[in-house]
Amino acid sequence: MENLLMLPLVLPVLAAIVSLFAKNSLNFRKASGVFFTLAQLVVAVVILVKVYRDGILVLHVGSWPAPFGITLVADMFSAIMLFFAGLIGFTVSVYALGLMDERRLKFHFYLLFNILLLGVNGAFITGDVFNLYVWFEVMLIASFVLITLGGERKQLEGAVKYVTINMVSSMLFLAAAGLLYGKMGTLNMADLAMKLQNDPSSNLVASSAMLFFIAFGIKAAVFPFFFWLPASYHTPPVAVTALFAGLLTKVGVYAMIRFFTLFFIPLGGIWKELFLITGGLTMLIGVFTAASQYDIRRILSFHIISQIGYMIMGLGFFTPLGIAGAIYYMGHNIVAKTNTFMVGGMVSKLKGTFELKSIGGLYKTKPYLALLFIIPAFALAGVPPLSGFFGKFILVKAGFDSHHFFVTGISLFVGLITLFSMIKIWNEGFWKKQPEEADEVVNYAEKKVGFALVFPSVVLALFSIGMGVAVGFFFDFCMTAAQQLLEPSAYINAVLGK
Amino acid sequence: MSLIWIVGLVFFLAFLAPFIDKRLGKVSGYLYALLPAALFVLLIRLLPAIIDRHFIVRSIDWFPLLHVRLSFYLDGLSLLFGLLITGMGTLVLIYSGYYMQHYPMRGRFYFYILLFMGAMLGLVLANNLITLFVFWEITSFSSFLLIGFNHERPEARAAALQALLITGFGGLAMLAGFVLLGNVGGSYELTDLLQNGAVVKSSKMYVPLVLLIMVGAFTKSAQFPFHFWLPGAMEAPTPVSAYLHSATMVKAGIYLLARLQPILGGTDLWQFSLGLAGAMTMLVGAYFAFTQTDLKKILAYTTISALGMLVLLVGMGTELAITAMVIFLIVHSLYKGALFMIAGAIDKTVGTRDIRHLGGMWPVMPIAAVATFLTLFSMAGLPPFLGFIGKEVIYDAKVQAPQIAVYLAILAVTANIFMVAVAFLFGHGVFFGKRKDPPKIPKEPAIPLLIGPAVLSVTSLFMGIYPAIITQPLVMPAIDAVNASPVDLHMKLWHGLNLVFLLSVITITLGLTLFFFRKRATKALRKFNQRYFKIEFTDLFRRLVENFLSFTKRHTEVVQHGYHRFYLMLIFIVSSLLVWYQLYHTRGWGFQANWEEIPFYLLGISLLIITSAIGAVFTRSRLVAIVLLGVIGYAMAFIFILYGAVDVAITLILVETLILVLFVMVIYHLPGYMPKYSRPASRIRDGVIAIVFGGFMTALVLKAEFIKLSPPISDYFLKEAFTKGHGRNIVNVILVDFRGLDTMGETVVLVIAAIGVISLLKLKPKKKEEEE
Repeated sequence: MENLLMLPLVLPVLAAIVSLFAKNSLNFRKASGVFFTLAQLVVAVVILVKVYRDGILVLHVGSWPAPFGITLVADMFSAIMLFFAGLIGFTVSVYALGLMDERRLKFHFYLLFNILLLGVNGAFITGDVFNLYVWFEVMLIASFVLITLGGERKQLEGAVKYVTINMVSSMLFLAAAGLLYGKMGTLNMADLAMKLQNDPSSNLVASSAMLFFIAFGIKAAVFPFFFWLPASYHTPPVAVTALFAGLLTKVGVYAMIRFFTLFFIPLGGIWKELFLITGGLTMLIGVFTAASQYDIRRILSFHIISQIGYMIMGLGFFTPLGIAGAIYYMGHNIVAKTNTFMVGGMVSKLKGTFELKSIGGLYKTKPYLALLFIIPAFALAGVPPLSGFFGKFILVKAGFDSHHFFVTGISLFVGLITLFSMIKIWNEGFWKKQPEEADEVVNYAEKKVGFALVFPSVVLALFSIGMGVAVGFFFDFCMTAAQQLLEPSAYINAVLGK
Repeated sequence: MSLIWIVGLVFFLAFLAPFIDKRLGKVSGYLYALLPAALFVLLIRLLPAIIDRHFIVRSIDWFPLLHVRLSFYLDGLSLLFGLLITGMGTLVLIYSGYYMQHYPMRGRFYFYILLFMGAMLGLVLANNLITLFVFWEITSFSSFLLIGFNHERPEARAAALQALLITGFGGLAMLAGFVLLGNVGGSYELTDLLQNGAVVKSSKMYVPLVLLIMVGAFTKSAQFPFHFWLPGAMEAPTPVSAYLHSATMVKAGIYLLARLQPILGGTDLWQFSLGLAGAMTMLVGAYFAFTQTDLKKILAYTTISALGMLVLLVGMGTELAITAMVIFLIVHSLYKGALFMIAGAIDKTVGTRDIRHLGGMWPVMPIAAVATFLTLFSMAGLPPFLGFIGKEVIYDAKVQAPQIAVYLAILAVTANIFMVAVAFLFGHGVFFGKRKDPPKIPKEPAIPLLIGPAVLSVTSLFMGIYPAIITQPLVMPAIDAVNASPVDLHMKLWHGLNLVFLLSVITITLGLTLFFFRKRATKALRKFNQRYFKIEFTDLFRRLVENFLSFTKRHTEVVQHGYHRFYLMLIFIVSSLLVWYQLYHTRGWGFQANWEEIPFYLLGISLLIITSAIGAVFTRSRLVAIVLLGVIGYAMAFIFILYGAVDVAITLILVETLILVLFVMVIYHLPGYMPKYSRPASRIRDGVIAIVFGGFMTALVLKAEFIKLSPPISDYFLKEAFTKGHGRNIVNVILVDFRGLDTMGETVVLVIAAIGVISLLKLKPKKKEEEE
């Protein structure tokens, strides 16, 4: 049964191989691309249920015992993230059917898509620091090629910024891993945690921890390392952005939470304060920069940054509720953010542009699209009873419980500005009359959104509602995950078999 | 029937509304009124139980971990509000049935208004603070959607945004306050908190939590200085103004304050803040109502004034004040709802609601005129209307209030003088005087538009004459709920000749005087406003938003400026600072190099690497720079050989050679010497950054060299590579077996890189896309 953990890695690779061999049939490529993402979702659900019921799943790849070989581990946190990766992978792959142009589809779009998921899945389930680095590289190269795919000038410009800054992250990550190995003689996460726990002078690894913080911080797009994100996310086709927006930064947050709960924060030092400061500034800078934008994708991109701040803040509280809140918030944000990008894509398909100044009248002509927008948008703004409200409520509660009043106050204030931005899109894009001078833009745009675009958005919207209405059910998973994270002995024992 | 069903049914109907509307067309409006009517009857039937203090509590778990329960509670206060919501709701829906019949998107209108009704019922019935908050926010959002209902009007959009931001701001403050209250009081359930008032009041969190909750209540109930969203909200269709923005939603703040009065009230902070905000609001509203010309704006400002009065009364908190609050709440809902409906009816039939274009309507619309005057008398507080009793009790409460009685009485009288004047102004302006030039030929408004005002004005008259029919069943249980102790009350029209009656006479006389001198008064007041009161709050708010936007715009350009090199530079600087800080923080590791053990050739190679690096930086020749970089690479490979890692060295040499060749090919097309691109200052800056960054890396590597916290696992590979991995080359075994998954991952990276290169070469954008 442990071999189940191989499937999130095997399936996307298989998808890539199949896609390479199906040389001339575009339909086959589409079908297999979607099929494999669906299979990943199913596997992720099975893993989630199994981990929830039976505890942490461990697979020693090649049967080499830990810490010598590579260990794959799925605890609740990993399983939850794996599930969301599967959900987003599947929905966006369906969405792409309706939006991607044939040239890109022919040019291995689904192959790259699945390989990106390979990197994401791998990052979520690996129990080895160097192996995590490898999955980061897989993600980086796949996302880089996806950004450039199509070769438009602005895509290449964005891609250059994206890749150079992310290379800095990779370099720092690699340096940190090397230094850590130099000091500790091992890179298996559980082994590291155990050795650090028992070592009185273990705070000497703090400098490597700082390198990890920066490396993951760049990936997660926290202040002041976020520049690559707004510079690149609005350039590729929106299906690509939707996928990135949902998953990429969250992998950085995942790694941050994993490393700092497992090894670094328990050692003491300034970490919690650093997270709270970073989280607060990230929230603020994200909403401030978003407020003045008029391109839907840019508004949404800046908000990604802002919402990362909430997760980092939750980690900084470092209480079970804070970390569970951060995990819940991640899940909520992955779903809602991806969905807002999807709706943005539909708007641009109807209107031929993302520029709010030349869009309008959708409330009248496309009421269901308005509904589809308002659900994830209000979820992001934290309107009850949608998922975002509970994310906010849990974090506020966690913040007040741990007496972090200032940063919690900031998070509430940021919620208001977020609402402002979402209403701006609503007022301009949906309520306002279609500006007349923009008519020529509308004419050449297609007038319909198909089932392939609507279906995934509906699924995600229902999820945003469900996560709010049935918050007790969903939060139970997050709380279990947080308790496992704060009691690493179970994780260590499961991996090292003690 | 369970309370949950009451709320649930309304929501259910809300979601069905657009579909019903599609099937049944414009008659559907009247149909929806059946549900609130039925609920009204249902609530009436619950009255006896409540009078006997058999309060109803129902709850189901929602989010048990954080103690959020879907719990509901029915006592006198929630019942009173429930009756208001369903009763007014019935009349407003009948009214809308006619008023909205030709509107586009009628289905959506009913969806929003029913959504609001459900949420408002949930709000007043909720027993759990967080559940209450959820409903509270839903009322804000349905209000937003309704204010912006005429969404193609920029004014409507701006007003909707303004209302949402202000109430949203208050809502967030309130959420924080609720969480604090829950932490201090040990529960979110109101029924539990009512037992814990003393604990809450003595906690050191009391002050912040009260202030936060107040902000929430004040924004919702349009208290000064948050009042200005309410006149803006008049952009909504009139049924909405009548329902949300006078009778129900704006009273949510009052409801909350009254509800929390036994838990939070009675302190100086509470009395002072509510008193100050209420008094200010009362005066500002009454004063500005006088100079308005739009009927709905007049009513909006008088609503603000009334809300101020209610807050003031809650703040005073005496038994009499609470009594006055409850009675005035009923009075106000009755007359204000009716007046809004009349304003809408006139607007609909005559085509304008600007008082300057109206007048002399009395002969053509007698029924409307009678209904209007009945309600206006109640508003002005004339006997024998309920309004008179309301005003009497208010004066009574104020006169009997300790210490500040005089000031409060003066304030209340001043505000009421304006109210009287406004009431006459309204009635006279519309129905008497010379008929002006209305856009449509005036006639009696349609029956459905008059049902509401007629019912409300007659009720008001009836209750004024027979106050006993509401005191026992309605007013007393509500007072009971706020004071948390039963009271005995006898309301009557005639109180005898006393100070309170004298004040009433003064109010009406001065109000009439002000009305008779209206022309001179309004002119003078407008002039006064022009000169001293030029603050337009809506403008102020708009400017605030605009300033915020231009601030963020400037700020965005500073942060996300688009110069890639500065992004990288900032990242390097911050990283260096953080790591150096950390190095300093954990200093104390020993740095003990044994220089004698380092062989001389290693020192030589190191020297070679360093000089080459420096040379590469300073040379102007491209070729020399590249060759020097190559030297560094080969020298490093040599170090690897010295330490026995032959395969790594081979790989490195191959890579270096490849890069060298590629570079030479590239510079073949470039001029041989590099011009100086940058100024000396920026070169120095870059140099400093590079040294600081490189410096910490060096320090870290040295540190890692001298710290060995535990033995490396590599011994295992040495031992097991042959026995278990069946290979003599340990590196190979590690790559393909021990850590085969890494290798697979890296292989994938290479394949994808190859696909990327091909796509860049082959997949060129079409012309059109490039232009875009």
